[in-house]
Amino acid sequence: MAELVLEIRDLKKTFGALKATDGVSLDLKPGEIHALIGPNGAGKSTLIHQISGSLRPDSGSIRFLGQDMAGLDMAARGRLGLGRSFQISSLAQEFSALRNVMLAVQARQGTSFRFLRPVMSDKSLTEPAMAMLERVGLAGRAYVPAAELSHGERRQLEIAIALALGSKAFLFDEPMAGMGPDGSKALTKFLDGLRHEAPILLVEHDMDAVFALADRISVLVYGRVIATGTVDEIRNDPEVRRAYLGEAA
Amino acid sequence: MSIALLIEQLLNGLQLGVMLFLMAAGLTLIFGVMGLINLAHGSLYMVGAFACATVAAATGSFWIGLVASLIAAAAAGAVMEIVVIRRLYERDHLDQVLATFALILIFSEGTRWLSGSFPLYLDIPPLLQGAVPLPGGGQYQLYRLAIIGVGIAVAVGLYLLISRTRLGMRIRAGESDREMIAALGVDIRTLYTVVFALGAALAGLAGALVGALQSVQVGMGEPALILAFVVIVIGGIGSIKGALFGAILVGLVDTMGRFLLPKALALMMPTAQAGLIGASLASMLIYIVMALILAFRPSGLFAAQS
Amino acid sequence: MSRETIINILLALLLLAIPFSASAMGEQFYVTLATRITILALAAVGLNIALGLGGLVSFGHAAFFGLGGYAAGILATHTFNAEPLLFGLQGTTSMPVIWSVAILVCGLVALPIGAISLRTTGVYFIMITLAFAQMIYYFAISWPAYGGEDGLSIYVRNGFPGMNTAQSLTYFLICYVVLMAALGLFWLLRGSRFGAALQAARQNATRLSAVGIAPFNIRLVAFAISAMVTGLAGALFADLNRFVSPSMLSWHMSGELIVLIILGGKGRLFGPVAGAMLYVLFEFALGGFTERWQFFLGLILLGVVLFARGGLLGLLAGEARHG
Repeated sequence: MAELVLEIRDLKKTFGALKATDGVSLDLKPGEIHALIGPNGAGKSTLIHQISGSLRPDSGSIRFLGQDMAGLDMAARGRLGLGRSFQISSLAQEFSALRNVMLAVQARQGTSFRFLRPVMSDKSLTEPAMAMLERVGLAGRAYVPAAELSHGERRQLEIAIALALGSKAFLFDEPMAGMGPDGSKALTKFLDGLRHEAPILLVEHDMDAVFALADRISVLVYGRVIATGTVDEIRNDPEVRRAYLGEAA
Repeated sequence: MSIALLIEQLLNGLQLGVMLFLMAAGLTLIFGVMGLINLAHGSLYMVGAFACATVAAATGSFWIGLVASLIAAAAAGAVMEIVVIRRLYERDHLDQVLATFALILIFSEGTRWLSGSFPLYLDIPPLLQGAVPLPGGGQYQLYRLAIIGVGIAVAVGLYLLISRTRLGMRIRAGESDREMIAALGVDIRTLYTVVFALGAALAGLAGALVGALQSVQVGMGEPALILAFVVIVIGGIGSIKGALFGAILVGLVDTMGRFLLPKALALMMPTAQAGLIGASLASMLIYIVMALILAFRPSGLFAAQS
Repeated sequence: MSRETIINILLALLLLAIPFSASAMGEQFYVTLATRITILALAAVGLNIALGLGGLVSFGHAAFFGLGGYAAGILATHTFNAEPLLFGLQGTTSMPVIWSVAILVCGLVALPIGAISLRTTGVYFIMITLAFAQMIYYFAISWPAYGGEDGLSIYVRNGFPGMNTAQSLTYFLICYVVLMAALGLFWLLRGSRFGAALQAARQNATRLSAVGIAPFNIRLVAFAISAMVTGLAGALFADLNRFVSPSMLSWHMSGELIVLIILGGKGRLFGPVAGAMLYVLFEFALGGFTERWQFFLGLILLGVVLFARGGLLGLLAGEARHG
């Protein structure tokens, strides 16, 4: 069991009468992309919020690298290496792309209480940050404020930030949303290579991307995982076809 | 310490709490519906007191003055909303604080300009002069009892207004979903003006009622405003129930603290020193209570879930 | 050099030129006026660390301004009356010591106030900081040992080694150097790792948490630094007037400090300097023309908030840029 990077057991969260997460168990193995799919309102975002620490589950456990996450806030989980991109793009809007990544580099070095040395001339911050921007193909836009980046560019920037954190697992919440076909294709290729660096829990609506990338897929419906398996297993699962793919077909 | 004295102090605390509720209800309603922090609410309190004192002096009737205070404060509130406040709903809290701070300067100097630098005096109406006997001996001012009655009536009235009437339904809808209410065809601009004027009228009423207990002067609204802030922070901003609870709590804690703390300390130290330390502590007591409450409940006791 | 840098240098030189030319013409009043601008600017530089960089709308910074003032007043009074302070410590009339005490006291008071206030956000934060300042205000009024409501006089301006502080131009220069040092500190902080985290906490606290930096710790330290700078300004202000009273702690003072920043330009290095110049100019010019000057100040302020949100520096130097 120690080889599991992320291990979620019997997670439950209710809002009033709504069972948003109803006994979810899920895991993430090294080197894999595990896709989480499900119709709107299935509870995907609620689940991601609980994993990243912005929502507290009612019961159940989340273990990351063997450590229990209960009682750790978002910042603490980030420090342990849980990298996250947001469904609604979440960046320091006034800062340039480079400064957004530099913030992650600084966080990884664990040194935010330095008061005097200017960051812009600090090569231990700028160089790794620039390298990450290059990796995601955003180096040419390094000095553009995040607020002025296009939707796709912001997604790339979010990923650069997760990379700069040296994350040991990635939670990506709909990274393809709002991207054109070319952007999606490039990002798919990029994520394909990224899995060897750290495993990815991928919430995504773009089924082409999911089928191209996922080692395993879990299907979430009404807060429950109704099936987990390989792409082929999921495609052929009758319950999934009825509950989910049936709607699209 | 006699029982009568204790009851008198409890009633004083209740009366202060009721006044604070009249101020805080408007503040919290305006925040809940429009998301606006209004520092100039104290100016509306002052407008009410000045209107009452001026009209009562001219007509010889406190009651006409009281009606005038409601009209003047509601009108001042409506004008304030239409000319300035309306432009602030989409702004951040910092802009709201600054703009309404500017309104305080304008209202305070404007009032001084109109009515001179000397305080005005307002007499308690003959009907409410005199005192009623308290159990255990002693007497209590009838006028203060009447204020408590007015406060209870307003609290009940507000409850009925918000839970039973069409306007109240719109106010509740406005708190939860602005776009929804616009989609239902309610004229949201008018609704906001009405809510603001309603809050203003309550503040004006408070000013007029207090005007007969103390002098009516520029700057009288500011201590009341800050206490009302403490009240709504304790109660949970946006909650009328919280405002009522917070107001009574603050009124009682403040009054009883000033009364009891020096006496309690006198058991441990010389009376003169106890009076000194007790008075200082009492003046800080409500803020200490507020800090304690917020340390455990950062969004107040009756905060709306968000 | 950017346009803003040039404007900043011009503002610094202008502030320096006023008292020198006034002094040459024998107009001591203007030297005092320039000193007042300098000290108010310093107080606002402190607030600008919390408000401009961190987005923390503290409506209670008068607490620190006043505490700094009382530190100066109390230490000087004990020396003057030859009464020991607590624990056999003596008072002092040496500015460097007084300043250190003011800074230390404000930092120590800011930590618990910040720790409680920063658990909240938005309107709650504004009101809680206000309430804490009121608490200290009422304490100062009701505690008679140091003058209560009447305040405390400093009979002879405190001293600075090697300087004659009684001379108004000398005192101006001391304040001016302190202001420039504080501006230097602000500039360094803004560009540092700490400043990056602080500004990110303002722009997007969730993002800061997600990279593993707790916004609370960053904000608390910023709040304390901010309070210390404003407290230092309070000590200088008490020495300027040779008087300290609860009015330094009042909520009007807190409001004025915010106004200074907004008039000048929020988060800008020289915003507080431009704001203090404008404010004192209004006060002086309007005050000479009508005793109802606050009425017109209110109108001007309303105009700035509604129509000129970048303040003076926003008008002169355009939008602020973040590298």
